[in-house]
Amino acid sequence: MTVAASLRSRRARDPLPGFRLALGGTLLWVGLIVALPLTALIVRPWQEGPSAMLAALHDGRMFAALRVSFTTALLAALIDVPLGLTLAWALVRGRLPGRRIADGLIDLPFAIPTAVTGITLATLYGPQGWLGAPLAKLGLSIAYSATGIVVALMFVGLPFIVRSVEPVLRDLPPELEEAAGLLGARPWQTVWRVILPTLLPAAVSGFGLAFARGIGEYGSVIFIAGNQPYHSEIAPLLVVVRLQEYDYAGATSIAFVLLVISSLCLAAVAWLRRRVARGLIVGADE
Amino acid sequence: MSVRIENLVRTAPGNASKVLLDGVSLDVPDGSFMALVGPSGAGKTTLLRAIAGLDAFQSGSVVIDERDATGLSARDRNIGFVFQNYALFRNMTVARNISFGLDVMSRSQRPPQAEIDRRVQELLDLIHLPDMGGVWPQRLSGGQRQRVALARALATRPRHLLLDEPFGALDPVVRRSVREWLRALHDQLGLTTILVTHDHEEALDVSDRLVVMQDGRIVQDAGPDALEARPATPFVMEFLGETLKFAGQVSGGMFIPADPHVARFSVPGVADGEIIALIRPHEVRITSAVNGAPARKVGLRYGFARLAVDMGDRVVDILSATPWDVGESVELHIDAARLFRNGRMVEERCDGWA
Repeated sequence: MTVAASLRSRRARDPLPGFRLALGGTLLWVGLIVALPLTALIVRPWQEGPSAMLAALHDGRMFAALRVSFTTALLAALIDVPLGLTLAWALVRGRLPGRRIADGLIDLPFAIPTAVTGITLATLYGPQGWLGAPLAKLGLSIAYSATGIVVALMFVGLPFIVRSVEPVLRDLPPELEEAAGLLGARPWQTVWRVILPTLLPAAVSGFGLAFARGIGEYGSVIFIAGNQPYHSEIAPLLVVVRLQEYDYAGATSIAFVLLVISSLCLAAVAWLRRRVARGLIVGADE
Repeated sequence: MSVRIENLVRTAPGNASKVLLDGVSLDVPDGSFMALVGPSGAGKTTLLRAIAGLDAFQSGSVVIDERDATGLSARDRNIGFVFQNYALFRNMTVARNISFGLDVMSRSQRPPQAEIDRRVQELLDLIHLPDMGGVWPQRLSGGQRQRVALARALATRPRHLLLDEPFGALDPVVRRSVREWLRALHDQLGLTTILVTHDHEEALDVSDRLVVMQDGRIVQDAGPDALEARPATPFVMEFLGETLKFAGQVSGGMFIPADPHVARFSVPGVADGEIIALIRPHEVRITSAVNGAPARKVGLRYGFARLAVDMGDRVVDILSATPWDVGESVELHIDAARLFRNGRMVEERCDGWA
């Protein structure tokens, strides 16, 4: 179907009035709130000439920061997926006491100021912290390293996975599991062949959100990261550092590169989501 | 290949005073097609799930093929089960749905892939969807999904097939064709089938035997003919079709109706006392009578004239093969009625009845 034809048929079917108005309003707001600042961000680095931009792009410290940001965000989001799936499972299926309280606590990372999160985690995992001290005895140091960044990003990203998977899991008819069992599937086969593939699109969505949040996260990371250039300095921090040095070209060029890579990553996540959603969502396999 | 249920009791989880199955015993012989019928909440699905091993129960036993299956899990019973909502796996194509039961077998039991593919094609042909193997279940119509669910249940060649309201979501025309096809399939494969439905016509149409359930108990277990001729309780009679009710007295072997304009008839062998007569609208005969009840034609059904007869305190609708003029005054003859006393059928009457 062509785009025009699909638009026309959607309008013909749409029971809600004011399609044009809604479309206009949406485009205007997306334009003002999202597109305009982004355009400024894309245009700004080039204002001091391409040579300044190219010079900024040759900054090794920036590449190190970008590498730290993307690898820690990716790692944290990946670790969050099985954790989030397990948590969502327990919340939906488990008849555990205190389930409602746990349900409320899941969203807390959204609400706490990220700086508070950062300071709390840094204290907890610090060399003298409740968790940091015993771990240090085992030879594991979490705080003030890239590992600390992963821990902070896991904390911040977990609710995205849980909240993406939970409604899908809740809507999953129990008959699916019963049918699999009646057909001879062992419990792990039911989980592996029926439940997980059904949850996968939601899990990938949650992963994408957690990952995106992880790339942009600032407040909760800088207290626990140690912020050593080339090792545990994240890209958003480097932007701030450059701004404090009045190096606007440097700051915007980092932001620009961050934007480009983030867009590519999110496009990849969207593509992946469509791949795993084949058959699950009507229209996804077209 | 039989199923036997002995004195099954199940109470609602978390509420032991709410009895879902109240001492149900049932014998389903090899090769029979049995329908569990009854209103919503009668315990039909609960019983079916207990047979399949999906739910636990408090006491009693389920014996499948002369083997006590009470402690067996659902996966060890090799029972084909079709859910009301079909429960097709959305992440798999139709073909993978059908082969699921074979795919999950351990490597030593699992047939080779070519064999599995052949079996899937065989089943796709059987359900008249030969080219649909690569389609996602969401693309199918209700009737097609229903048949895929059936094919999936049959892939591991179970000897028993349990169906929970399988036609509920289908339109009437599809319903009829699917149930005829299902009956043919049952005969062809030599299955033992238990079907849950709340639609008595469907049950009468397709099954050898009907088990009528009410409030967690089996009220009657009989063939369609016997059920119509000798309903155990007024509930069974009413559940199986439109019913007219006439109260009356038996006195000296005669039924004396409480309604005027209803003819007396002889009921030899029935003890004197209060009695209730139940009859189907088409079994009522009418004759012209002076000062009878006024009858008027209100419509047609199955070629019968539908007559509203004004009995004074109420209007009864009967079906008559002969057309009657508007406003004619009639008398009702209900000698074909089944008689009930204290909520049970009066058997003496039956012995002389066709």
